[in-house]
Amino acid sequence: MIDLNIDAIGQKILSEVADLTETPAGAYNFRVNSQLAGRHTTDNIDIMNKEGVSGIDIFIKPNTKNESVHIPVVVSASGLKETVYNDFFIGDNCDVVIVAGCGIDNCGEHDAQHDGVHRFYVGKNSRIKYVEKHYGSGDGNGKRILNPQTEVYMEEDSTMEMEMEQIKGVDSTVRTTIAELKAGAKLIVKERLMTHGVQVAKSDYKVTLNGENSTADVVSRSVARDNSSQTFNARITGNAPCNGHTECDSIIMDSGRILAIPSLEANDVDAMLFHEAAIGKIAGDQLIKLMSLGLTEAQAEEQIIKGFLR
Amino acid sequence: MLEIKHLSFSVGEGDGQKEILKDISLTIENGRFVVITGPNGSGKSTLARLMMGIEKPTSGSILFDGQDITDLGVTERAKLGISFAFQQPVRFKGIRVIDLLRLASGKQLGISEACDYLSEVGLCARDYIEREINSSLSGGELKRIEIATLLARRTRLSVFDEPEAGIDLWSFQNLIRIFENMRRDIRDSSIVIISHQERILNIADEIVLLANGQIKKTGSAQEVLPELIGTTAAVNACEKLK
Repeated sequence: MIDLNIDAIGQKILSEVADLTETPAGAYNFRVNSQLAGRHTTDNIDIMNKEGVSGIDIFIKPNTKNESVHIPVVVSASGLKETVYNDFFIGDNCDVVIVAGCGIDNCGEHDAQHDGVHRFYVGKNSRIKYVEKHYGSGDGNGKRILNPQTEVYMEEDSTMEMEMEQIKGVDSTVRTTIAELKAGAKLIVKERLMTHGVQVAKSDYKVTLNGENSTADVVSRSVARDNSSQTFNARITGNAPCNGHTECDSIIMDSGRILAIPSLEANDVDAMLFHEAAIGKIAGDQLIKLMSLGLTEAQAEEQIIKGFLR
Repeated sequence: MLEIKHLSFSVGEGDGQKEILKDISLTIENGRFVVITGPNGSGKSTLARLMMGIEKPTSGSILFDGQDITDLGVTERAKLGISFAFQQPVRFKGIRVIDLLRLASGKQLGISEACDYLSEVGLCARDYIEREINSSLSGGELKRIEIATLLARRTRLSVFDEPEAGIDLWSFQNLIRIFENMRRDIRDSSIVIISHQERILNIADEIVLLANGQIKKTGSAQEVLPELIGTTAAVNACEKLK
């Protein structure tokens, strides 16, 4: 149990979006139905409310190593709509894990929507691992809507590793990610997305490699089932000698629809940019192989998707 | 024991039907190591796929330990104790070697047990257990992992479809050793291998020669092998290098 005043639904959502079953060590800020449910700061990590708009500023002092920040959000009130701005100011030479994530449980008739705007200012030589999970539950007719917007500004020789996952229950999502990299900076993005029912998901990346030897690797794996639809639009722009790679790999099932638009823009003769995109259904041979191990077709399908979205 | 009775299989070709297998009757006794050989296009692989239920026969029946399994699907046959190694092992993005071995064994296989199966097929377990079964693995590596999944299943009937296809000569030597071990530990289970490698044919209890979709001859290695040497039904490993 998380030792804060959060109900059972909230606790369940927190375990889904942040793998939290107890109060985390390190800094945290829990937001439940637009209210602060708990906050903890450390000597090196400070969290303050924003002035004028909803959200928080997170300050991480230079040279902060091996610390973590958890900032999960729970929305369980039907009809709640909010836009939240969270800014991370990360000093030089840090090594920090940031866990965000938002879960919506909507049992009511009205749409519930959380639009989170995250901005990261990553200092020189800093290394950040960012984990973000989105999750929806509840059997009401009201939609669960999440529109995360992420902006990453990376100083020289910084590294940002982003794992972004949305596997279940979110009816509508527009994900926008912008990144700008200076010399020697490195961005690694691993996106995992699954849509079902009549869900609609749109994921847009605009990564700009401005500095010499900056690198970006943006990899999305997605599964579109039932009547859901997805659009993946990834653009990498190289304005210096740099290395960029984007990949969109999708499994399409039932009556799902997927549009993949990888695009590259090189403005420097030494920019090396690559893209890959593949969409296809589960291969019959894969199903037969797992069935020959004793799995039913449905179990085989589940294992293939689980592996694919690992 | 697997009994195949008057099995035929045809596919549509143009306006008509092409018969791939014609009236095949064959019994695989328990404790037997049987190699099915024949020239390319003789229907060997189709026969193997019919045993696993991947293809359905046009007519005839298949019995496993006395039970008619002709209408059973792949999953049911697997559950009854039939396993199948693909000629071209399937790749999976994200599924690791340990995951596949666990699915094959049907239990939460421990690392050391999984390592035993990998060592058996000549792979250093530490290097492979966490690897994804994707295009980063070579044909030979995939083939050995495929065989390891059958070792992990330990079924009453194991069917290998051309285990030597697509592997290098060095791996081939190891493959023979694996089959020799399996041959030794067979007890009351049975092994069917589709192959035209002389060295595999050599260790067979029984060779079944297929030609044009029909059984041309069955018998012990001593009886059948002499007439196969020099034909495409029994090539030596170095044929690959010619």
